[in-house]
Amino acid sequence: MSAAGELLIEQPSQDTLQVILSGRWKLEESLPSADVVQQRVAGTPGVRNVVFDTRQLADWDSGLLIFLINLREFCTQQKLPIDDSGLPQGARKLLALAAAVPEKKDARKAAGKVSFFTHVGSETVDFFRSLGEMLTFIGDTVIAFGNLLRGKAQYRKSDLGLVLESCGGQALPIVSLICFLVGLILAFIGAIQLKLFGAQIYVADLVGIAMVRLMAAIMTGIVMAGRTGGAFAAQLGTMQVNQEIDALKTLGISPMEFLVLPRMLALALMMPLLCLYANVMGILGGMVVGVGMLDIGLIQYYNETVKAVNLWNLGIGLFSGTVFGVIVALSGCLRGMQCGRSASAVGEAATSAVVTAIVGIILSTALITVLCNLLGI
Amino acid sequence: MTEKEAHITIRDLTMAYGDFVVMHDLTFTINRGDIFIIMGGSGCGKSTMMTIMIGLKSPAKGQVFYGQVDFWGSDLPTRDRIIRRAGVMYQSGALWSSMTLAENIALPLETYTDLSPARIREVVELKLALVGMAGFGEFYPSEISGGMQKRAGIARAMALDPEVLFFDEPSAGLDPVSARRLDDLILELRDSLGTTMVVVTHELASIFAIGSNSVFLDASKRTMTATGNPSTLLAETKDPTLRLFLTRGEKS
Repeated sequence: MSAAGELLIEQPSQDTLQVILSGRWKLEESLPSADVVQQRVAGTPGVRNVVFDTRQLADWDSGLLIFLINLREFCTQQKLPIDDSGLPQGARKLLALAAAVPEKKDARKAAGKVSFFTHVGSETVDFFRSLGEMLTFIGDTVIAFGNLLRGKAQYRKSDLGLVLESCGGQALPIVSLICFLVGLILAFIGAIQLKLFGAQIYVADLVGIAMVRLMAAIMTGIVMAGRTGGAFAAQLGTMQVNQEIDALKTLGISPMEFLVLPRMLALALMMPLLCLYANVMGILGGMVVGVGMLDIGLIQYYNETVKAVNLWNLGIGLFSGTVFGVIVALSGCLRGMQCGRSASAVGEAATSAVVTAIVGIILSTALITVLCNLLGI
Repeated sequence: MTEKEAHITIRDLTMAYGDFVVMHDLTFTINRGDIFIIMGGSGCGKSTMMTIMIGLKSPAKGQVFYGQVDFWGSDLPTRDRIIRRAGVMYQSGALWSSMTLAENIALPLETYTDLSPARIREVVELKLALVGMAGFGEFYPSEISGGMQKRAGIARAMALDPEVLFFDEPSAGLDPVSARRLDDLILELRDSLGTTMVVVTHELASIFAIGSNSVFLDASKRTMTATGNPSTLLAETKDPTLRLFLTRGEKS
């Protein structure tokens, strides 16, 4: 093993500087920097030529090249000719190669500092533009839906079937689990308070109304946002990357009708059904606590639930479910269609779809609750 | 030689992404039955040129004429009708991954013709056979190789017997033999069907083998510097950039 790279500078004649390189000039060694030579050149006026002696050089890689390129850049600035005949042949060729195509000055991304106000301004403009895109998308969806009603929409029935299956039947296990547990948790929390007053039986009312009117729809919506909304965005995003959506467009087939419509339709149809199922699971969860822990009879619990939950509650719950379904499908498809043309863009589209859907679900829940309050139902 | 009929005319076209002008002042004519090459170095805007011609991106300035019709000056239904008579093979094939090859080729037929399912099946088999992929109809795009995907992409582009076929980098990512076969296929289809072919490529071998007309987009000047038969261009050009491009940088 030879020693690490070393640098020696000699001045064999008045106007010549000889750079003697020895040892191993490899990236992992701690190598002398070109500054040393630069300082020497600056310190000795009258130098007209730089030559190299590399007879002691053992081994080299990019480490040597970086040193040489830095040195050459400096010498070019100083209009100092470099005589590279003393360098190893390989290094000489690579140096020539690196200089073959001059650096494109305007190719580097401008990393100019952006002032605070410019930043706020452009963010605001972006916000309104994305709002506009969202509205355009909703408008396009409505047009596509109109075409569907007139029987003119171009989509494949088999696609619709596949989406129906994936966001209907295949979602049952996760919806069961989540809603059963939510019912159970609600019952627990309620039981602790109600027990103080000896009013355990009202756990049935609490769980029944909460689940049927609100919680089942919200929980199913959130599960579907993560499960299906994200998947929609990823599917459409990947199709965007693969130019599959371009291929549809150039055939004159509207991606809105062909891709978005079946997904929207499937989710809007399946969500109320899933909600209905989630209601049952939630009430079951509450029943387990009520019957098992609070010693309420099975029939008693059932009767209390039936008495508490009226049709308005059910209607509002199912309506919310449908709205959430549309929101999840819209945000999934919107983000998928907006997706850029790279793998990371697909990931962002999926994330953004889930976030948009959940925000949409919470906002519309608030809206529906306020409206119901105003209407007195 | 009979007078050639102009199929697609580009006039004073400028293409830009936002403020960034990719190419300006493009004017050239693609005749019926041409194999027209859009060539130029990487990043010069060849593919952007194609996206404008097939209606995916609007030009910043200028016109594209299909026959006598100003394409970007027309309304959407007219544009749709024009572009339906064109087929496009995308760089990666862009086959719809959730459908089999047969379904991919059948979709345009189902959408735009009243053919019976049995008839459509026959057409699909014919198109697959034409690109040398008979019997692959039941495969999904992910189950076949890149070269086969491209050929299947051509079969889909040809589904509606288009008047003009666009190819985006047909030989990119193919081995020399497959690339050659694809070139032969393009020539063969032009000769037998009389389809106008527009090929975006920088593959020299292809350019000279199939091109009957071409335009050269010069990235440094941001405009076109030559148009005409590639072999004639090579023989007659005095422009160093074009000469460098057409000779692969080798000095003659």
